[in-house]
Amino acid sequence: MNEALKEIAELVAQRQPDAFVASRIERGELTITVALDRIPEAIRFLRDDASCRFTTLVDICGVDYPEREKRFELVYHLLSMHQNLRVRVKAHVREGEIAPSIVDIHPSANWFEREAFDMFGIMFSGHPDLRRILTDYGFTGYPLRKDFPMTGYVEVRYDEELKRVVYEPVKLTQEYRRFDFMSPWEGAEYILPGDEKGAGA
Amino acid sequence: MDGQDFRAAEQRIRNFNINFGPQHPAAHGVLRMVVELDGEIVERCDPHIGLLHRGTEKLMEARTYLQNLPYLDRLDYVAPMNQEHAWCLAIEKLAGVEIPRRASLIRVLYSEIGRILNHLLNVTTQAMDVGALTPPLWGFEEREKLMVFYERASGARLHAAYFRPGGVHQDLPQDLIDDIMAWTEEFPQVLDDLEGLLTDNRIFKQRNVDIAVVSKEEAQAWGFSGVMVRGSGLPWDLRRAQPYELYDEFDFKIPVGKNGDCYDRYLCRMEEMRESVKIMRQAIEKLDACKGEDVLARGKIAPPRRAQMKTSMEALIHHFKLYTEGFHVPAGEVYAAIEAPKGEFGVYLVSDGTNKPYRVKLRAPGYAHLAAMDHIARGHQLADVSAIIGSLDIVFGEIDR
Repeated sequence: MNEALKEIAELVAQRQPDAFVASRIERGELTITVALDRIPEAIRFLRDDASCRFTTLVDICGVDYPEREKRFELVYHLLSMHQNLRVRVKAHVREGEIAPSIVDIHPSANWFEREAFDMFGIMFSGHPDLRRILTDYGFTGYPLRKDFPMTGYVEVRYDEELKRVVYEPVKLTQEYRRFDFMSPWEGAEYILPGDEKGAGA
Repeated sequence: MDGQDFRAAEQRIRNFNINFGPQHPAAHGVLRMVVELDGEIVERCDPHIGLLHRGTEKLMEARTYLQNLPYLDRLDYVAPMNQEHAWCLAIEKLAGVEIPRRASLIRVLYSEIGRILNHLLNVTTQAMDVGALTPPLWGFEEREKLMVFYERASGARLHAAYFRPGGVHQDLPQDLIDDIMAWTEEFPQVLDDLEGLLTDNRIFKQRNVDIAVVSKEEAQAWGFSGVMVRGSGLPWDLRRAQPYELYDEFDFKIPVGKNGDCYDRYLCRMEEMRESVKIMRQAIEKLDACKGEDVLARGKIAPPRRAQMKTSMEALIHHFKLYTEGFHVPAGEVYAAIEAPKGEFGVYLVSDGTNKPYRVKLRAPGYAHLAAMDHIARGHQLADVSAIIGSLDIVFGEIDR
């Protein structure tokens, strides 16, 4: 199987030199990194080329790496039922950068791209209907970004007096219990009271 | 004047928008769908999902690998263990863990129970959506028995948390295995009864035949999987195509439809249940051959044996560390997919080498199926919408995550 994947990686590198950035095979899975503005060409090539035929788009998702210059990774999973192979296509997206949509290549991308927009705020150009999909009507913020708190900012309850649902800032009756179980040799960050000097040094 | 004023009131025809749901018995959960109707014909339908969104993926980033396991149960709560399976496979693939044979067989056995649980619910409630009341009553009786098997293995009827990274939580007692075997002997009779109610039923056929026809090309373009592609005639089943666990040892057929309509998908599901029973019987025979073997890969990712903990300090420390800090998974990324009853359920796991996943993407089959709703339902009657939703086999736990 690795042989077949290697061939596909070489084929993409050869036939789509503008799009191809890098490829690697790990644990029997092929990952091809492509240039952001060439995603549609690469995906279309993978779908139409007779020796690839990745006709099914399995998934699109984002991954957030706040420390990177190009903050987001867009990850496409493709499946070829004809070859019985899978391939992962990746592209890096800067915050606020607009990715090209692939809805006209794989109609199933519609909702997946809406989800990536909803969760990470990655915009897609050429998408017919880029609305939020999973979060509430009128939601603000992008929940799967690493700087979004797990508890969120607002909570919802039904107000008996107003006879409607009201949004309020989150009130936690107890601090969220996030234990640091990392061992002291592997990067636990203990805060010792009175040890501010030690931290500065 | 634009000519509008010359028409009488009844001649001024406009399309009618209705809200289907969020509370609708045929919506199989909390689905709000805005349907634009021209008379009774669906012109456009726009599903609004997310009413059951719990932020599972976000929550999982803040918990250890083991603490995350029960979240997987709550996705497709109709067949919980199948989801756990994908999670365990992803971790095992990333950590390079081989699981014991007996554990693998138990997983196969319970995955097939999950498949029957799911198909029984789907087939019978879809029949209810198109007007039959008896099938769900008969089907749920069997589901109840299967959930008792869940309970006897794990202690919980639904949210089992039974499959663990490295194997399964505990071995099955022999009397449970015998009872499952006895059930597999009786169950085909129940299936025959159900088929007697539905397969040649005039009303059921009128409501399902030639409704929501999906071609092979459409099925691929819309990212379908599971019964949704098999009903259209593509013999695609991950258990056969990309065998995981011990599925390559088992002898079973893959039922394939011809026309790709709701009726063919119903037939596929019925046939799949019969195949699942066959797999279960084979799994039990194989289980008999490896009685008493361990069901967990006793390494860093699984707890030590109880007896060991009574005498060994290291075992005790390991147990404590496992359930507090949790195990660390090597950095990397992996995509593990299983043939869940609804289609391809995948887990894309990005690990940064700590005890918590950096990012988890849960790929639910129902999400892609519902995304195609607008495409499929266009041009059908309003009454067909509920038949189509039933046939797509959607559960909001997994779609909204």
